[in-house]
Amino acid sequence: MKKELLKFGAFALLIMLAPLAFKGGYLMTVLVFVGINTMLSIALNLLLGYAGQISLGHAGFFGLGAYLSGVLTATYGWNPWLSMALAAVIVGIVAYLIGFPILKLKGHYLAMATLGLGIIIYIVFNETVDLTGGPSGLSGIPNLSINGITFDSDLKNYYLVWIFALLMVLFSLNLANSRIGRALRAVHDSEVAARVVGVNARLLKVQIFAVSATFCALAGSLYAHTMTFISPASFGFTFSVELLTMVVIGGLGSIYGSFLGAALLTLLPEFLRAAHDYDIIIYGGLLMVMVMYMPGGLVRGIPELYRKLLKSKGKTALKSEGGVEHA
Amino acid sequence: MQFDQLLQYALSGLSTGAIYALIGIGFSIIYNATGIINFAQGEFVMLGGMLTLFFLELLKLPIWAAIPCAVAAATVGGILFERLAIRPLRQATPINLVIITIGGSILIRGLAMLLWGKDTHAIPPFSGDEPIAIGGATVLPQHLWILGITVIIIAINKFYFFHTISGKAMRACAYNRRAAGLVGIDVRRMVLFSFVISSAMGAVAGIIVAPLTMVAYDVGGMLGLKGFCAAIIGGMSSGISTVLGGLILGVLESLGAGLISSGYKDAIAFIILLLLLFLRPQGLFGKAESERV
Amino acid sequence: MLEVSGISQVFGGVTALDRVSFTIAKGDITGVIGPNGAGKTTLFNIITGIYTQTAGKVLLGGADVSGLPPERLARLGLVRTFQNIELFGGMTVHENVMVGMHTKSSSGLLACGLKMPWNMAEERRIREHSLNWLDFTGIPDLADVTAGNLPFGKGRLLEIARALAVEPQIILMDEPAAGLNSQETLELAKLIQRIRETGITVVLVEHDMELIMDICDRIVVLNLGRKLAEGTPREIQDNHEVVAAYLGEDE
Repeated sequence: MKKELLKFGAFALLIMLAPLAFKGGYLMTVLVFVGINTMLSIALNLLLGYAGQISLGHAGFFGLGAYLSGVLTATYGWNPWLSMALAAVIVGIVAYLIGFPILKLKGHYLAMATLGLGIIIYIVFNETVDLTGGPSGLSGIPNLSINGITFDSDLKNYYLVWIFALLMVLFSLNLANSRIGRALRAVHDSEVAARVVGVNARLLKVQIFAVSATFCALAGSLYAHTMTFISPASFGFTFSVELLTMVVIGGLGSIYGSFLGAALLTLLPEFLRAAHDYDIIIYGGLLMVMVMYMPGGLVRGIPELYRKLLKSKGKTALKSEGGVEHA
Repeated sequence: MQFDQLLQYALSGLSTGAIYALIGIGFSIIYNATGIINFAQGEFVMLGGMLTLFFLELLKLPIWAAIPCAVAAATVGGILFERLAIRPLRQATPINLVIITIGGSILIRGLAMLLWGKDTHAIPPFSGDEPIAIGGATVLPQHLWILGITVIIIAINKFYFFHTISGKAMRACAYNRRAAGLVGIDVRRMVLFSFVISSAMGAVAGIIVAPLTMVAYDVGGMLGLKGFCAAIIGGMSSGISTVLGGLILGVLESLGAGLISSGYKDAIAFIILLLLLFLRPQGLFGKAESERV
Repeated sequence: MLEVSGISQVFGGVTALDRVSFTIAKGDITGVIGPNGAGKTTLFNIITGIYTQTAGKVLLGGADVSGLPPERLARLGLVRTFQNIELFGGMTVHENVMVGMHTKSSSGLLACGLKMPWNMAEERRIREHSLNWLDFTGIPDLADVTAGNLPFGKGRLLEIARALAVEPQIILMDEPAAGLNSQETLELAKLIQRIRETGITVVLVEHDMELIMDICDRIVVLNLGRKLAEGTPREIQDNHEVVAAYLGEDE
């Protein structure tokens, strides 16, 4: 337990000090996105990695958060904090209600249903032009502000987003090592056995689905207020797949893995400017390679690889020793 | 609302519906043989269209030669997909299969973009574009091609599944894979066959619809999902129920687009999909089966 | 304690169980036996809420619990183990048993995520108390092993420990001796008797006749979906119909 806390402390410190290394600059914008994507991939990981339930519609919840915040503030002049809270609550309730029928489905069927849900949401963003501005997007979303400080620079947004992200990391770590987290993992491993010892698998899945969607909505609100402009293109199926890739690359059921996956997949395209349009090839290839050769994700796969390497080195060392004896 | 107009919507709905039916049967065949929902199914539809274009324009083949070449090439794609993505998978849990077929799907899409660019292309209709009047409505010759070819494909399919040894073996796999294996059916071969058949059917669907809807690297996603919707309506059958599912979906979509709003046309399929999955996951025509643990 | 009354189950026209009735007394060890295909496992699945029967009732402590899902039955004090042990393979042995205490704790999702003080206290209680069950089944030294890596016999003990952590009134075990060697079976017999001594009613489906005859107070025999006989081990051994069912009917 103490070790966990230390690990989190070190992680938080690293995040808080990171801007010093980058001294503002262009990369700061990207690091804001890393924060938002970390929230999203943690949200998806709680559902997929812990409860073992897939969603291909999480970009939709992200978008709902963003649009609820955006429309309430830009069009109706609400207080951004209030609209953010309301967006989270609404999305949480919607996900909770829809969770009951949708999580009755398993495996492929659940994947298809969530995919369909995400696409319906995406179509609504595009078609309700009066409300959302349609495909051309919604602009004029105000920045968040507190005590006269307006979060209008990359550096300020970095801290804003990462405070939320770190709180989410902490919440998720706590959850993972609690009776609820264990029950979720139990449902993942054997739903029938979990139910037999009294875990209400159905309710639990719906609850975690709602929490996951709420996290996405929060990330969406933050995205809207930091970008001040949103358009449906950011919330389509491709982004749901990108989130899935982050979770799978980092490691299913690993909170820090989600951060790693989010960071890699957000930073990678920045370094591969030339490959800009072809990011879907990279996502597709990565997804396939990871599932085939490193199903535990990087957080488990790399230490494993390292151990294997050490072992094979150890073996060759032994062999050569044996050789010496012979000689 | 004029009767003629309704007829018009229904007729054009039927031809898109036929496409959904072909794609849906492709989903069902793989699902029945393997238990996998192949998320990459739509990409073979795209490949059908794009490859035809490739053979037509770059290799200057006549259309009657370009089409079989495109189907053959897409089928090779299906074989490669099964060999490289499905077969090597060690932990074949449903979630891993979903992830791998999605990965494969967007990889194929990306490669198509890399090869042929992002532009939308037109393929000439098979026999002119002189509208034909039926009652008060008109149809294009291509609509008739679509319906005709669909009927032929379904007939061939039926013949294969009921009158050939390999088709019967495939049906045996659908009922019980283990038992099929025990009586000496090479199940892995059947899995490969199922990918061959469904990628070929997907490619045909993509080719015959291309003159009507244009073709681009990213058309596979939506068509694939609608084909899946048709299969769900049909209760994942590889026969007539899924054909009906496709036709129902096509007509509903066309009516919805005409009567309500064309912008929500795509949403209709997904709303139907969700409602069916929630209320009648066994399909519109199927009987409820008690699930065994 | 547990009463099964007129249970029938039909699978697509095939009758797996036909009006089976019997009563299990509190504190007894009861064996349910029968040749393959007799419907034992189906019956277990119905009692434990995994299938819903076509007809008939299940009464637990006098209350009708027919059709209740397994998680509700667990709260009412009825648990089971599985023939092909169902462990939470990705979790440690200790964590497996901690999940068993799910019904004996109550912190909600938010309280867990926010680490409320009462949740921390509860967590400590779960962590410590669950170790008792590992002691009880004799696998305390395996606490930190990943359950998926356990040998079969130890997995069986873990499954039992996890079920006991629910603090049930009655435990149903589906072929607990399947896959165990004779030494392990012997230990299992002792364990089952110790479970009974704590006041828990035990029901076993089993093929190992020696085990059944040794430890059971009463035996119910099923054949082809019907109850063939019921009685003490001695009565069952002397029952001609039972012997005929097992050996096949020779004229």
